[in-house]
Amino acid sequence: MEALLLSRLQFAWVVALHILLPAFTVGLAAYIAVLEGVFFFTRRPVFMRLSRYWLRIFAVSFGMGVVSGIVMPFQFGTNWSRFSDITADVTGPLMAYEVLMAFFLEAGFLGILLFGRERVPAGVHFAAAIMVAAGTLLSTFWILSANSWMHTPAGYAIVDGRFVPADWLAVIFNPSFPYRLVHTTTAFFITTAFAVIGVAAHHLRRGNHVEESLVMQKMGFGLLALLVPLQVFIGDQHGLNTLEHQPAKIAAIEANWETQARMPLLLFAWPDEDAERNAFEIGIPAAGSLILKHHVDGVVPGLKQFKREDRPPVAIPFFSFRLMVGIGLAMLALTLGGLWFWYRDGLAAARRFQALCVASIPLGFVAVIAGWVTTEVGRQPWAVYGLLRTRDAVTPSLQAHDVTISILVYIAAYILIFGSGIYFIARLSRTGFGPPQPEAQPFPRSARPMSGATRAT
Amino acid sequence: MSLDLVPVWTAILAFGVFMYVLLDGFDLGVGILYPFAHGADERTLMMNSIAPIWDFNETWLVLGGVGLLAAFPLAFAIIIPAVYLPILFMLIGLIFRGVAFEFSHLAHRRGFWSGSFFVGSLVATFAQGVVLGTYVQGIPVTGRAYSGGTFDWITPFALLTGLGLIAGYGLLGACWLVMKTEGPLQEWSRRMARRFAIGVAAFVAMVSIWTPLLQPQIRERWFGGEHPFWLWPVPVITAALFVALWRSIPQRHFVPFLASLGIFFMGYVGLGISIFPMVVPYDLDLWATAASPRSQAFLMIGTLFLLPIILAYTVYSYYVFRGKVRADAGYAHTEAAVR
Repeated sequence: MEALLLSRLQFAWVVALHILLPAFTVGLAAYIAVLEGVFFFTRRPVFMRLSRYWLRIFAVSFGMGVVSGIVMPFQFGTNWSRFSDITADVTGPLMAYEVLMAFFLEAGFLGILLFGRERVPAGVHFAAAIMVAAGTLLSTFWILSANSWMHTPAGYAIVDGRFVPADWLAVIFNPSFPYRLVHTTTAFFITTAFAVIGVAAHHLRRGNHVEESLVMQKMGFGLLALLVPLQVFIGDQHGLNTLEHQPAKIAAIEANWETQARMPLLLFAWPDEDAERNAFEIGIPAAGSLILKHHVDGVVPGLKQFKREDRPPVAIPFFSFRLMVGIGLAMLALTLGGLWFWYRDGLAAARRFQALCVASIPLGFVAVIAGWVTTEVGRQPWAVYGLLRTRDAVTPSLQAHDVTISILVYIAAYILIFGSGIYFIARLSRTGFGPPQPEAQPFPRSARPMSGATRAT
Repeated sequence: MSLDLVPVWTAILAFGVFMYVLLDGFDLGVGILYPFAHGADERTLMMNSIAPIWDFNETWLVLGGVGLLAAFPLAFAIIIPAVYLPILFMLIGLIFRGVAFEFSHLAHRRGFWSGSFFVGSLVATFAQGVVLGTYVQGIPVTGRAYSGGTFDWITPFALLTGLGLIAGYGLLGACWLVMKTEGPLQEWSRRMARRFAIGVAAFVAMVSIWTPLLQPQIRERWFGGEHPFWLWPVPVITAALFVALWRSIPQRHFVPFLASLGIFFMGYVGLGISIFPMVVPYDLDLWATAASPRSQAFLMIGTLFLLPIILAYTVYSYYVFRGKVRADAGYAHTEAAVR
């Protein structure tokens, strides 16, 4: 039992830290491909400078993503071998397609993207940027398909207690997959956009690299103007899909114990799982039904409808969901602010707003982790929803001392690696443009408004 | 599904694992040699020679792991728990050496990350060798699960194969450097290659003698009743490759690397002959652990299409970074613009 709990904590630790990297590099790879593309067609040097700048940061974060990613498939063997034995006929090929389509594509062209600029024609270098970006997106596709199948299994038959595939299209496009894919990918792009905007804000506040920073912020806010409102809509749709397929998860997210019409939307509560009620709650009457059923009289299932042993933990999804949504609303406000200052042509001068932008660099990452915690804790107590319990998925030969050793090693190693990595990325983003653009000298740019030597304000 | 895909999947996985051993073998080997080179510039060159490709090389490890999971899930579910701690050490070693490519150029105190490049490479290599030794010794199975203990891998044989793989990857790394560098670094690599060649020959001999003593199945296969003389070429070719390696190291550029690849290939073939058709030695064969035919077929369609494409852009990527490595290619170059 203790090996089970430690294995769950270990998996949570290695995947939570790993997911920070794709949350950043999926969007960044696409951003670099766009920068390379714009430069390829317009030859405007600012886009080359931006691409070089972000490529350095990409190199560090992608390397960390690769090595922390290699850990993941082995977790299925070391700690979740029963899960592998029982489900791999279905989930294994999805993960194998991720390797074949995505990892090789990324890794094969990463070398050319990072080191090949002088060795290949410009078109090939641009193509390499597109391939790396496509690889990250394909990877997202396949791994989320496998993950979604654990939430909403479909297209399978059970033979001798093992899942075997019956219909591959139904497996891949299982009911929650389209929603999870769009929601997660959008979240990754938003996360990257806020990181780019925040880094630009840092330079703007110091009056450095103003041309580059304004391009970054306009590209960032332009994308957010589209994606943040879209994400609100997608999130709602994803919630409705979850209500249909995983009602217990929604009940936990809403800390809703009774099956009821006119369910309130709880803004804050203190769920008490033993007493099957909330010790304290503040809510908006009927708003929960309105959101989940799009009607105030809609009946929403409550936790008591499910046997105790089939219920997920309540407090964790309840709070992590509110954290995610709260950040989403803050992002909406920041986006509107950015568009306002852009419209007023005052981005560079809006010092307080830019300070907010710097402070909001971590927002996307926190929201991604919070969303992931919500959905994965909400899936409990199941590894495959409704069919295979997490406690039946763990490696049978595992002893508590085995996992104690491994979890301590992973914690120590990741604190060191991620701590150093974040420090290096932060330093690269401060110094990455270098001293006043030596590489820009071949291009005479009289129009450049600022240099590193003069201050904007 | 009348067609039996198990032999095809066996071939694909055997190919994938072998690609991993060769490709990450030489770049792990460069990591093992790294601290022993004489100057900082030479060490930078060594790292630059593998900087554009290490990530790609390591992807074959993921293919090996996930391919085993997809095509032979029961084998995956039994073998990996049997080597719980060696796998942990391998992963941690790969993490520390992987990030060192970037971190060692970014840090003010480079010593720590240069050290982690060496130690990570060494630990990952040793752990892989231990996994190999544990595997060859046999994995106890009860029902559908590993039934041994946490520390079963600590045996003289597995520790020997761990050290043997360090020598093997060191040889591959030294021969890679002979191929990719020139001048004093190349001369140094030639000397290292000769030393490691002696080590590899010794380990190959020891493992070849010890393995048949470990397992009746292996003894029977190699020295069995009908005396399968068609196996004689394996030791003969291996010996010939060692001679070719030894004689080519002092002057040639490419031949030592090719000869060391050949030695690895022969070792791999020897292992295959010993184990086949077992995949969880010596309890479960390939067919007993195979995924359902539908799973194998579904993955096969894409693999047959994608693997040639992957090989094509592998060749292209190596072609782009062909020739002797220079000081201006690699992460250090990226950093030069920053400083």
